[in-house]
Amino acid sequence: MAKTKFKIWRGNEKGGELEEYSTETSEGMVVLDAVHQIQAESANDLACRWNCKAGKCGSCSAEVNGMPKLMCMTRLDELPLEEGVTIEPIKTFPIIKDLVTDISWNYRAKQKIKPFKPRPPDNEDGSWTFYQEDIDRVQEFRKCIECFLCQNVCHVLREHHLEDEFIGPSALVYTAALEMHPLDTEDRLEDLKNANGIGYCNITKCCTQVCPEHITITDNAIIPLKERVVDRYYDPVARIWSKLTRRS
Amino acid sequence: MEAHEIFEHDVLIIGAGGAGLRAAIEASSTGLKVGLVCKSMLGKAHTVMAEGGIAAALANVDERDNWKVHFSDTMRGGHYINNWRMAQIHAKEAPDRVRELEAWGAVFDRTKDGRILQRNFGGHKYPRLAHVGDRTGLEMIRTLQDHGIHQGIDVHMEVTVVHLLKDGDRISGAVAYDRERGRFRVFHAKAVVLATGGIGRAFRITSNSWEYTGDGHALAYNAGADLIDMEFIQFHPTGMIWPPSVRGILVTEGVRGEGGILLNNKGERFLFGNIPDNYKAQTAADAEEGWRYVLGDKDAHRPPELLTRDHVARCIVQEIKEGRGSPHGGVFLDIAWIKEKLGNAEEHIKRKLPSMYHQFKQLAGLDITREPMEVGPTTHYVMGGVLVEADTQMSTVPGLFACGECGAGINGANRLGGNSLSDLLVLGQRAGQYAAKFAKDKGDTRVDEEEIDAAKREALAPFDRPVPDAGNAYQIQYELQDAMQDLVGIVRNGEEMERALVKIGELKEKAQKVGAVGNREYNPGWHTVLDLGNLLTVSEAVARSALERKESRGAQFRVDYPEKSEEWGKYNVTVRRGPDGSMQINRIPILEMPAELREIITQMG
Ligand SMILES: Cc1cc2nc3c(=O)[nH]c(=O)nc-3n(C[C@H](O)[C@H](O)[C@H](O)COP(=O)(O)OP(=O)(O)OC[C@H]3O[C@@H](n4cnc5c(N)ncnc54)[C@H](O)[C@@H]3O)c2cc1C
Ligand code: SF4
Ligand code: SF4
Ligand code: FES
Repeated sequence: MAKTKFKIWRGNEKGGELEEYSTETSEGMVVLDAVHQIQAESANDLACRWNCKAGKCGSCSAEVNGMPKLMCMTRLDELPLEEGVTIEPIKTFPIIKDLVTDISWNYRAKQKIKPFKPRPPDNEDGSWTFYQEDIDRVQEFRKCIECFLCQNVCHVLREHHLEDEFIGPSALVYTAALEMHPLDTEDRLEDLKNANGIGYCNITKCCTQVCPEHITITDNAIIPLKERVVDRYYDPVARIWSKLTRRS
Repeated sequence: MEAHEIFEHDVLIIGAGGAGLRAAIEASSTGLKVGLVCKSMLGKAHTVMAEGGIAAALANVDERDNWKVHFSDTMRGGHYINNWRMAQIHAKEAPDRVRELEAWGAVFDRTKDGRILQRNFGGHKYPRLAHVGDRTGLEMIRTLQDHGIHQGIDVHMEVTVVHLLKDGDRISGAVAYDRERGRFRVFHAKAVVLATGGIGRAFRITSNSWEYTGDGHALAYNAGADLIDMEFIQFHPTGMIWPPSVRGILVTEGVRGEGGILLNNKGERFLFGNIPDNYKAQTAADAEEGWRYVLGDKDAHRPPELLTRDHVARCIVQEIKEGRGSPHGGVFLDIAWIKEKLGNAEEHIKRKLPSMYHQFKQLAGLDITREPMEVGPTTHYVMGGVLVEADTQMSTVPGLFACGECGAGINGANRLGGNSLSDLLVLGQRAGQYAAKFAKDKGDTRVDEEEIDAAKREALAPFDRPVPDAGNAYQIQYELQDAMQDLVGIVRNGEEMERALVKIGELKEKAQKVGAVGNREYNPGWHTVLDLGNLLTVSEAVARSALERKESRGAQFRVDYPEKSEEWGKYNVTVRRGPDGSMQINRIPILEMPAELREIITQMG
């Protein structure tokens, strides 16, 4: 057992600073374990979110040594411990307290997306027939645990704060899951182009790099959605074609 | 007393896991005003962690399956002290509830002919669990959440209920605080549904999160409702054990469903030597037959690794005790061995068990496609909970309903894997429906301002109390977890449980005196003090009920009463708060099963 130094951001919306703590660390510990230990030993009121401690719920997002991470899946032995470990809240969203931020905007952004609208059932018992190969891609998107780490790093939100114009990568992943769902009949392209602002994404791929679920956000979700929007709105042949086919 | 914000709802639902969400969707579909409260953010409830699948007799993989088989599997798994009516409703309605999820956008893994795929699980005769790899809970909660947010339900996230209000005998609302600011919210409601989940934080080694402090159990108990079956705690056979910091994290039964085997340190599949009589006819004779079952051979019987959880957990404990355990005090769970049988095993494992692969890789530095895992039992689920009517889910307090893990009856002495997710849907739907009906039929209620003030004062009391250097709320919680783990765990005896009760008594006194530092804004130290009261209540209920049941059955194993007793098979144990505030334990007789259901059980063998 050895003691390790941690610098944890303490404060609220009015301001705050890094405070130093030190606690025993042992084999296999993750950052969240250390936070819990510090909470129990010397900072009872240290605020953080967590639920599953296994990378499944997306609650424990934070910036560990400046990197956006799930605290429960970040092992201490992956980090240089000599200099101590810095833990800060994710930066894009307003601070509530310590490591807890106000992520409610993400829920509102998602609510703007038109819900699932399936075609009538194929079978009498109300079920549908579709195949694994039809849903492999959709299942990739549905792995999203809503940790909002991708939202946190997207410069459109982090630097430019275009929250009213752009729903962000995780909501685009959700849109892609609906749009590519084999049963869905809703049309979300106009919203994507206008209200949900897909055009603001300039494909920097920062979101993909931080996704703990390894969802290929940019290549598999955003780019195909962009292509659909382009086909509809900027390609005259496609536009006429879609009008014709929709009428029939 | 400071002011509080007031919210008026026809139906208030406490808990936004699968059960609460399903109940909320149902209640709001009747046009009533529905409020939904949860301690965490929406979509983060325990249900999100469920891995293996949802049990429903869809008969997509084996056409011999139907509700009768599911019913009889559930009763057998529960050692026949389940509420048979609930088990019947559950088995009958689960397929519709699963298909409904598909209609709301869930994307289950598919069979070759394009239907919902089903997998094998312990205690289920046929492959029955609809699933999405090993992240079924995520699929389920996200589907309900995404459907629910467009239904006009008022969602209160990160709000914790601390007290239920009553108008005479009838429930009339709840007092809660918001975690962000620590301010009070009072909910007026004509009906209240509890869907708060389980109590797993009462034990040291657990697969459960901080939320599982038995709040719903304690709220109901304090409001005068009966609890039932509290002695039955499910210890899941396979939790991670190494490294120490991951101890307790679940390893889904899906690993065994996909062919994973349990081995001791001699490399023996020890379960073959330990098959209970009433499962002999359903269990494979040898490894070869077990593998054929995994591949879907309909003439083969299931491997012993897929016996019920109570039994597998006890066999693991025995192997460890008798010196045949793994280096870190567990046994081995091997899925890599299927390479001998399958050409594309590595890819198959990663596709069917992606989060297990990731979890071990990341947290234990182990590649499950190459090496065996080390596993041991972990506290997982509570069969016991609020006593409710089977058809309506209403408790003994008028207007108070309960469903999901905090409700009870369907599982009896042991739950089958996969039956929780289906129970959330089936009984959640019913709770929502009948709570809405109750609200419409019975109309308005009144709340008592004095009762509200008292609840607020009690919630704030920790700020006026000192925080001892040794023995803050977290440490009291650890002490309780140690006592429950060591004295009321997988193997129990009367004398140890008496000791546990003494300890619980001491800790209750400590908890009354322990304070919280800091202010009311998002203060986990304060929240932990408040949760502690609930944990102590449910721990006492578990220990007292376990002492009362003088036999071994399902999840309860007592060395001082190692046999199952026919007499005890006629009762459920109930817990109620007495007029003097002390905990009263009673027995209620199990209603006789109608002949046609008995007939089904006999037929299914
Ligand atoms: C790791 C793991 C894997 C599992 N895998 C499976 C599986 O494959 N198949 C299966 O059938 N079952 C499985 N289970 C069991 C199953 O997931 C749970 O029993 C089930 O999800 C419980 O659902 P629920 O709706 O009752 O409660 P939860 O989903 O736990 O929700 C409880 C809700 O109540 C809220 N709450 C609690 N207290 C309060 C309060 N005081 N005030 C306000 N809100 C409150 C919480 O915030 C939360 O929203 C698994 C369990 C675990 C832990
Ligand atoms: S690729 Fe687009 S969405 Fe992703 S971080 Fe860059 S700009 Fe944002
Ligand atoms: S897409 Fe990935 S990073 Fe973004 S919220 Fe979902 S899981 Fe998190
Ligand atoms: S606690 Fe659930 S993802 Fe970290």
